[in-house]
Amino acid sequence: MNAARTYPARRDDVRLLVVDTAAGQLYERRTTALPDLLSPGDLLVVNDAATVPASLLGRDDAGADVEARLIAEDTERGPGHFWAVLFGAGDWRQRTEDRPPPPVLATGDRLRFGLLTAEVAARSPLSARLVSLRFPGSADDLWGGLYQQGRPVQYSYLAHPLPLWAVQTVYAGRPWAFEMPSAGRPLSWEALLALRRNGVRWAALTHAAGLSSTGDPRLDAALPLPERFDIPAATVDAIADTHRQGGRVIAVGTTVVRALEGSRIAKGALQAGAGVTDLRIGSGFTPRVADGILSGIHTSAESHFGVLAAFAPVGLLHTAEQYTEAHHFKTHELGDAMLILPGARCYSALDETRGTGLGPRSVPGARVRELVGAP
Amino acid sequence: MENTRNTPTETRRGPGALITGGSRGLGRALGLALARAGYRVVLVARERAPLDEAVAKIRAAGGEAHGIAADVAERDGIAAIVGRTAALVGPPEVLINNASTLGPTPLRLLLDTDCEELSRTLEVNLVGPFRLIKALAGPMVLRGSGTIVNITSDAAVEAYPRWGAYGASKAALEQLGRIWAAELEGTGVRVLAIDPGEMDTRMHADAMPEADRTTLAAPEQVAERIVALLTGPDAPEPGTRVAVRANARSS
Repeated sequence: MNAARTYPARRDDVRLLVVDTAAGQLYERRTTALPDLLSPGDLLVVNDAATVPASLLGRDDAGADVEARLIAEDTERGPGHFWAVLFGAGDWRQRTEDRPPPPVLATGDRLRFGLLTAEVAARSPLSARLVSLRFPGSADDLWGGLYQQGRPVQYSYLAHPLPLWAVQTVYAGRPWAFEMPSAGRPLSWEALLALRRNGVRWAALTHAAGLSSTGDPRLDAALPLPERFDIPAATVDAIADTHRQGGRVIAVGTTVVRALEGSRIAKGALQAGAGVTDLRIGSGFTPRVADGILSGIHTSAESHFGVLAAFAPVGLLHTAEQYTEAHHFKTHELGDAMLILPGARCYSALDETRGTGLGPRSVPGARVRELVGAP
Repeated sequence: MENTRNTPTETRRGPGALITGGSRGLGRALGLALARAGYRVVLVARERAPLDEAVAKIRAAGGEAHGIAADVAERDGIAAIVGRTAALVGPPEVLINNASTLGPTPLRLLLDTDCEELSRTLEVNLVGPFRLIKALAGPMVLRGSGTIVNITSDAAVEAYPRWGAYGASKAALEQLGRIWAAELEGTGVRVLAIDPGEMDTRMHADAMPEADRTTLAAPEQVAERIVALLTGPDAPEPGTRVAVRANARSS
């Protein structure tokens, strides 16, 4: 696939593939058109987690290089404990699959990341590379050290390392995410305020997005690990109002789907409050809270594809995948976007696709129609 | 499955407040006054020692305070200030852009002001606050509430000779604040400019070393009035410029 190697000039102006599951149709737009694609009465639910600088470079007691990527708070062991995936020598420019393995650590071993120290509190039965790290000291010490020493998790396909500000959404608040909740990247305040003027509401929740891949097949098979979420009462009310009035709830990103559906399943009904979910979503899953999803472009090889498959027939998603590949959509964290929504407002746009085509790499309307498979 | 344990640090007692230039003068006094009013306070300042003292003073008075040693003019430090603040006290409900530099001291005529000195003054007094507001107003708009205060001066309005760099930076900050307020109208987020008048602070002594300190207001009293204004029933309209005055120390 065609990974985006750098961020776009304007965060809210990337390509958008619209998958209308009611009509079984695909349309290509730009994300600047989002305010027109949703209808008055719809509700956009975002993950307001800010991204933590979760990658720490350091050494073990024997002096071996190690990178720890924080992946989740260890809520069982409590404050100051984080689950971390360890990597050996090297840096982000190498694919994680190609990095040498980290030193094998035992409980009680210490790691030093500059002025920040951590102790191995436990090892996961899943993999020797997954450990619970305890950071001693006060909250001021922990967060001061983390923000001084840590860098955001980087991606080997990028042209340049990402600074911390570049991995934040425009509404990022609580620093809970260990990897950017990237589906929200194309949302600017221009777009959010335009949506509100059009009668589309927005609401927030916080979900501690963890790593989506580690390069270790055994570990990757276990991802995502249980993740914390917190859903405000106002968001629960807004969702209930929206459904009562016939509007649609659109989740911005897979993390929002996990939080909403995870909360619903754990508590019997969607309820306000904090929780932890280990929900894994795939094609057999029927979302009951979210009606649609705004997401990045994911290939069928990625675990996120499973979440998309809960919102659209797999046949239609495969057609979408063929289309985005054939037309060079950019994938991954800084890439293009996809909106899966029953009855997305593309009616007038349909004529456009028959006429001048779909954009710079446009194809004649007939070709598009050919690509659009039956659901 | 359910786990309602709080994050290590966010304990959800009281709203958070971020104050720049928090180790001395008005900033330190605002920290104390906001902590007394129930806010969980984060102070930002460049120098560690006075910052630690200011934090210790608030804690000794029973308040919650944290210190972040950083320069608001450093672009790459802003995301860390914002992230650490949100980790410690939650995304702040109040941001007070109080850190300022006078520019060259003794104050100089514009004709004698180095270009670099003007640039540095704008970085500290205008661009730093812009970056902090940009990072913090987003979550405020999403929540539908928040207060941003830019500390200004009558040097933003009057053309005092030798106050060129400082006066121009504060005038620009005020105009930026009015435009923020216009753009955020209806979102529940208010942006205010507060002119605290002449106070007995180190900045005042740097600017006017010959001044009679007994004629100057105590920053503690001004801070009390500002906090009363922000938390009281007669909150000023967003976008407005408010002059807050206290009596001279001697009176």
